[in-house]
Amino acid sequence: MREKEINKLKDYKYGFTTDIENIKAPKGLNKEVIKFISEAKNEPKWMLEWRMKAYERLKNLKEPNWQKPKYPKINYQNIYYYSAPKGTSNKPKSIDELDPKILETYKKLGIPLQEQQRLNGIAVDAVFDSVSVATTFKDKLNEVGVIFCPISEAIQKHPDLVKKYLGTVIPITDHYFATLNSAVFTDGSFVYIPKGVRCPMELSTYFRINASQTGQFERTLIIADEGSYVSYLEGCTAPMRDENQLHAANVELIALDDAEIKYSTVQNWYPGDEDGKGGIYNFVTKRGLCKGKNSKISWTQVETGSAITWKYPSCILRGDNSVGEFYSIAITNNHQKADTGTKMTHIGKNTKSKIISKGISAGYADNTYRGLVDINKNANNSRNYTQCDSLLIGNKCGAHTVPYIRNKNSLTNVEHEATTSKISDEQLFYCNQRGLNQEEAVSLIVNGFCKEVLQQLPMEFAVEAQKLVSISLEGSVG
Amino acid sequence: MLEINNLSAKVDKKTILNGLSLKIKPGEVHAIMGPNGSGKSTLANVLSGKKGYEISGKVNYDDKDLFELAIEERAHRGLFLAFQYPLEIPGVNTSNFLKTSLNAIRKSNGKKQLDALEFLKIVKQKASELKIDEKILHRQLNVGFSGGEKKKNEILQMSLIEPKMAILDETDSGLDIDALKIVAKGVNALRNKKRSFLIITHYQRLLDYIKPDFVHVLMKGKIAKSGCMELAEELEKAGYEKI
Repeated sequence: MREKEINKLKDYKYGFTTDIENIKAPKGLNKEVIKFISEAKNEPKWMLEWRMKAYERLKNLKEPNWQKPKYPKINYQNIYYYSAPKGTSNKPKSIDELDPKILETYKKLGIPLQEQQRLNGIAVDAVFDSVSVATTFKDKLNEVGVIFCPISEAIQKHPDLVKKYLGTVIPITDHYFATLNSAVFTDGSFVYIPKGVRCPMELSTYFRINASQTGQFERTLIIADEGSYVSYLEGCTAPMRDENQLHAANVELIALDDAEIKYSTVQNWYPGDEDGKGGIYNFVTKRGLCKGKNSKISWTQVETGSAITWKYPSCILRGDNSVGEFYSIAITNNHQKADTGTKMTHIGKNTKSKIISKGISAGYADNTYRGLVDINKNANNSRNYTQCDSLLIGNKCGAHTVPYIRNKNSLTNVEHEATTSKISDEQLFYCNQRGLNQEEAVSLIVNGFCKEVLQQLPMEFAVEAQKLVSISLEGSVG
Repeated sequence: MLEINNLSAKVDKKTILNGLSLKIKPGEVHAIMGPNGSGKSTLANVLSGKKGYEISGKVNYDDKDLFELAIEERAHRGLFLAFQYPLEIPGVNTSNFLKTSLNAIRKSNGKKQLDALEFLKIVKQKASELKIDEKILHRQLNVGFSGGEKKKNEILQMSLIEPKMAILDETDSGLDIDALKIVAKGVNALRNKKRSFLIITHYQRLLDYIKPDFVHVLMKGKIAKSGCMELAEELEKAGYEKI
């Protein structure tokens, strides 16, 4: 390995590739490929029909283009929509039967899947390119009635639940990328928490893109039935490549009466090299529906990777007294770009939402917060509080805040606060004088800036996320 | 401990320090007085390594060429600057900052890192000795602190770090008499045969509580006069014009 590559690997330690034989659908987007995916997953007919409906719809849609980061035209016929390691597509999954190379991959990523080495108190669904390769602690969760499995398995085993909820929060007609996902989605997680159950452990999905020229189209569906609670976390990494790869996910959350869903993301897709070559296009649709009264959905995201991050995890607050929260840290360094934020749609009475966004920009990067607080005419006594803070490191990066507020009800209270600051040379000098080197100083200041959001993460991940925040900014101060 | 030879410093081609020489031996307390713009703060900044100065001359610190050491290396080797205007760092808990700082310095000296409990015990004891309200430990670093609280926090940090050579840059400015006593107490408690101090001040007032071994008058970027405590008293009466 050349020295430059070794250095690169040091910066992005998840950048390795697993050399494994894949089964792929033919390149390109057409009916045959969609049939191929549906067959590979042994799907019932209704699912294929659903996909085809989305595909027909897609023909009439155009990619949205109002976002700030622009990207070269994507050739959708030059992407593999399905790639699975040989032997993982349709046989019953037992971790012992898995290719040792895959086990080794997850071990290297810090997510051991084998029984003895599993993370304590955290159930993991591991998605490798287009398939879920393993799900841990399934039996233990079954004891309390919690369903946690790949969505492809749920389509076969729990069709009633899937039919009832899939596409109810993100309809197949939503927008280009969401519709594309509905046509070609491959794997992701399915979670159902029965009435009154507090899920006994953290659930998590680990997404890994491995194959080249392959898009990942994750689909996740989480349903929290009346009075239940679940905390779910997703993590993402990919190899270093000069090409841009597309990750277009759809995530739907549904919280019924008195239920609570806490959804956390630590996104560390390959960001591209320091000159902006390569990296993942992370174009994701995430939406939660607070369907029942007193329900709550809380999104927490730590976005440090990807060449372009374009996503707005949102809440539709339909149930009276429901609560939506969005806590975000978006870090962009070198040539990374992010356009991220949230939508809070207040429909029910006494609904509350809270938005805390921390954007950090270094190098030549560009970071935009874009958000919509939409208060409908019947949402009496609704409240929103928004706080958007931007931190700049160096003088070649950018930060933008684009808040939209649409209020059709005068009996409401909407607050918006925003700040932009820069890490000053004086602050760094002060820290240096107290014995901290440049990187320790930046890490301390940035972690302080992000604290309100980091505190929202499940404890097991907060420490990792803190480290990730520091690593993402290494070398950002000269 | 510290030997400054013919030190000059320029900012944007403007000469601020102009051939300053000064020798501080272990255990000595030196006070530097001088009118506004005479170069007092620049001296503190240049010694601690702040960027933006064009420097000539030589400074030896603890048998090393000071200018070969990075800012944090100077700190690791026991050089401490109490800032005239301590910086605010939002979101960073004061206690956490103090612990991170102390552990960085301990680590560079091959000492064991203190865990949260060990640190808390030490910092609480130091705060109580200095009659500093522990509450500042839980607040964001210097954010919303009064002038007095900021300066007390600097003295608390000095007491924790126990530097070899402490420079106090106008720490007494803007302090009421009670806060002034706390500053003096912090310095006096640390005074010993090995530790040196350079105290930069406008007023004789602080020197009533910290008796210096030497007093220097800084004018136009160099030492215009040196003497003992009497010099400070003289200045207080007659001003700098007579020098």
